Amino acid sequence: MVDGPLHPDALVRARGLTKAFGDFVAVDGVDFEVRRGEVFGFLGPNGAGKTSTMRMISCVSPSTGGELSVLHLDPRTDGPAIRSRIGVVPQEDNLDTELSVWDNFIVYGRYFGLPRRVLRERAQELLEFARLTDRRDDRVDPLSGGMKRRLTIARALINDPDLVLLDEPTTGLDPQARHLLWDRLYGLKRRGVTLIITTHYMDEAEQLCDRLVVMDQGRIVDEGSPRELIHRHVTPEVIELRFAEPAEQEAALSSAGEAAERIEVLADRLLLYTRDAEATHRALAERSIEPLTELTRRASLEDVFLALTGRTLEE
Amino acid sequence: MSVQDLVDHGRIAPPLDPRKRFLRLTERNVVGYVRAWPILLTGVVEPFLYLLSIGIGVGALVGDVTYAGRQVPYETFVASGMLATAAMNGAVFDTTFNFFIRLRYAKLYDAILATPLEPRDVALGEVTWALMRGTFYSAAFLVTMALFGLTESWWAVAALPATVLIGAAFASIGLAGATYLRSFLDFDFVNLAITPMFLFSATFFPLSQYPDALATVIRFTPLYQGVALCRALTTGEVGVGLLVHVAYLLAMVAVGVAVASRRIDGLLRS
Amino acid sequence: MRMTQSVWRALERELLVFVRTWRGSAFTAVVQPVLFLLAMGIGLGGLIDDGAGSASVRLDYLDFVAPGLLAASALLAVAGEALWGVMGGVKWMGQFKGMVATPMTPGDVYGGLVLSAGVRAGAAAIAFLVVAAVLGGVSSLWAPLAIVAAVLLAIVTMSALSAYAVRKEDDRTFPLIMRLGVIPMFLFSGTFFPVEQLPEVVQPIAVLSPLWHGVEVARDATTGTVDGWTLLHVGVLVAIAAAALPFGVRGFERRLTP
Repeated sequence: MVDGPLHPDALVRARGLTKAFGDFVAVDGVDFEVRRGEVFGFLGPNGAGKTSTMRMISCVSPSTGGELSVLHLDPRTDGPAIRSRIGVVPQEDNLDTELSVWDNFIVYGRYFGLPRRVLRERAQELLEFARLTDRRDDRVDPLSGGMKRRLTIARALINDPDLVLLDEPTTGLDPQARHLLWDRLYGLKRRGVTLIITTHYMDEAEQLCDRLVVMDQGRIVDEGSPRELIHRHVTPEVIELRFAEPAEQEAALSSAGEAAERIEVLADRLLLYTRDAEATHRALAERSIEPLTELTRRASLEDVFLALTGRTLEE
Repeated sequence: MSVQDLVDHGRIAPPLDPRKRFLRLTERNVVGYVRAWPILLTGVVEPFLYLLSIGIGVGALVGDVTYAGRQVPYETFVASGMLATAAMNGAVFDTTFNFFIRLRYAKLYDAILATPLEPRDVALGEVTWALMRGTFYSAAFLVTMALFGLTESWWAVAALPATVLIGAAFASIGLAGATYLRSFLDFDFVNLAITPMFLFSATFFPLSQYPDALATVIRFTPLYQGVALCRALTTGEVGVGLLVHVAYLLAMVAVGVAVASRRIDGLLRS
Repeated sequence: MRMTQSVWRALERELLVFVRTWRGSAFTAVVQPVLFLLAMGIGLGGLIDDGAGSASVRLDYLDFVAPGLLAASALLAVAGEALWGVMGGVKWMGQFKGMVATPMTPGDVYGGLVLSAGVRAGAAAIAFLVVAAVLGGVSSLWAPLAIVAAVLLAIVTMSALSAYAVRKEDDRTFPLIMRLGVIPMFLFSGTFFPVEQLPEVVQPIAVLSPLWHGVEVARDATTGTVDGWTLLHVGVLVAIAAAALPFGVRGFERRLTP
């Protein structure tokens, strides 16, 4: 158990939590707290330690250092009790391909020791939730990627969990399937289910998360709501400039000077952070900087990550 | 706060009885196979065909063989050997091939270990299912033997629990072994272990056909214990010595389940 | 028929895979039949040659069962690969889809599989014959003809079963094919005892078994009783393969053409 006063609604609490595989430290002493009813996000590139953290929370991977409590219990000794109260959606669907859609619900529910009568009711509701009612008796294999994902998520809800862990829930889905899935996750949020999400998609984190931590190389580099993080690290507006030649970008950079508060140089473009895009545009025109394309947008978590780590997420 | 406190305060449902959790995995397999019953049923046919071919067909060429100091028809002799080997083959196939696919490709156990089930439950649940299936096949085979007049004593009824024990022994060892397999190519090692046992454990011909030294070695091999046990029971040549075979097979169960649980834990919970 | 010259590339690929994984293939194709030969030919043969049985094979049992096992192992070694291997190639691992992204046609992929099954069965048969000869189970200089039986059986098995497997979405029916097709064939095609011992009503069914034709060719060869019938059995095997090939090419084309 973690010592010290708990936030009364802290469902997950980590202090100095560490996971090492031999010499490689995947999670390097992280502190965080997830409160009841919120959507909490781990944002970071692949390899940042998000999945390792999730596996520790879901009690399938023992921590190698620090403290962790989940649902006020200790994963080291109360694994089965904790797992009976959480729902886990892994990065790759691990549906039971030997069973039908319906049996996936029933059999999975039986692992939690739930009576069949209860399971039949819940499975019916969850089929509707996943919009798979007409595929009830089909096998899992022929379902589309989006359907499998929805089924995996719905199946994770069969035990009516207090806490649902979703690892990269929309990776590999087409935009339409992603939006349908987000809609389902909003639904859960409205019902007061506590969600923990890992993602390397900025838009996903911004849309879904109440609070999030930014992870990089096993460490937490900052935390807060998406709005707070943007406010703290970057200006509200960004202008992206692309040039025909690297030399032009070079020249523009040296003459842009005071046109923006801060300038980030990427391989293929310049990012100008500003509080007043109009003024910046005027300043660029005065300096006769004429990029190939010019895009003005709101600052996003992508910019926060860049400011915090000096790297883009897709690298 | 302890789990008990939370249960007492009505915060969480009472946990599954840890001693019975493994039955949930067995239940999953029952649900999965109920739909595949034709395949399950054809499993009965295979040993029956072997009995017709080797027992009756080759038996006509052989005549009688000497067993326990008396002459028995070859088909009676070989049927008990097949009863034991069928129990072994079924158990090994279930726990190596099926288990391997579920472990490495289908990621079935990753999903299951996210529920209250523990690695030990997975191992026990799979072995239990292999035994249920095996018992069904063995019972069918024993009935066939009786109908063909290949059982010579009421002790033959005890051959059914004997096949369950053989199945348990090989299922446990098979499960432990399967955790070491890295790819389908490694199944050659499984074949390399099974085929010689299948052919040389006094299944098809008595130990007297071997040079003495070789016969002694064979007396210590795992399948021989099963063949000797089944043959003694179906022919009614029962003695206290059979308990040695029983003990040997029980030890295989204990070692196999212990190793398999530890290995599954290491593979899935890192 | 849409096989092109790339079929040799496909054969090369299959043989390369074989070289990489020879240990396992050598076991199923050579060691396993040799173990059967020791158990049946020597161990069981010792009992049979005492002559106490009601029926007889009119030969040393080793001489009788060696060609039977040679032919049967060509069937058994190829059957699993033709079913699960092909399912793996089109679905689980999908390497066939990668192959047809090159100038290779689906027909080439199929042709490569069939040819390599033949080449490997031939190599395995040679190894088995040498062992059988050393043990004293070969009594004629015609024996190398038995290799032809193994090659043809492998080609028949691969061409027919892979044509079936490539049309299937999953492997659920494969155990049925093995249990109700391949295993009965293995047990009742004159491998372990003469077909004449079967009840008379069943005997004509053996004629439908490709393995029986293969066993007859191999046994005629190793025991030196080659005659017109031998040629007829070879002809039947060639005819079955020829009938299966177009069916297989069509199946592979349907499955692998994007």
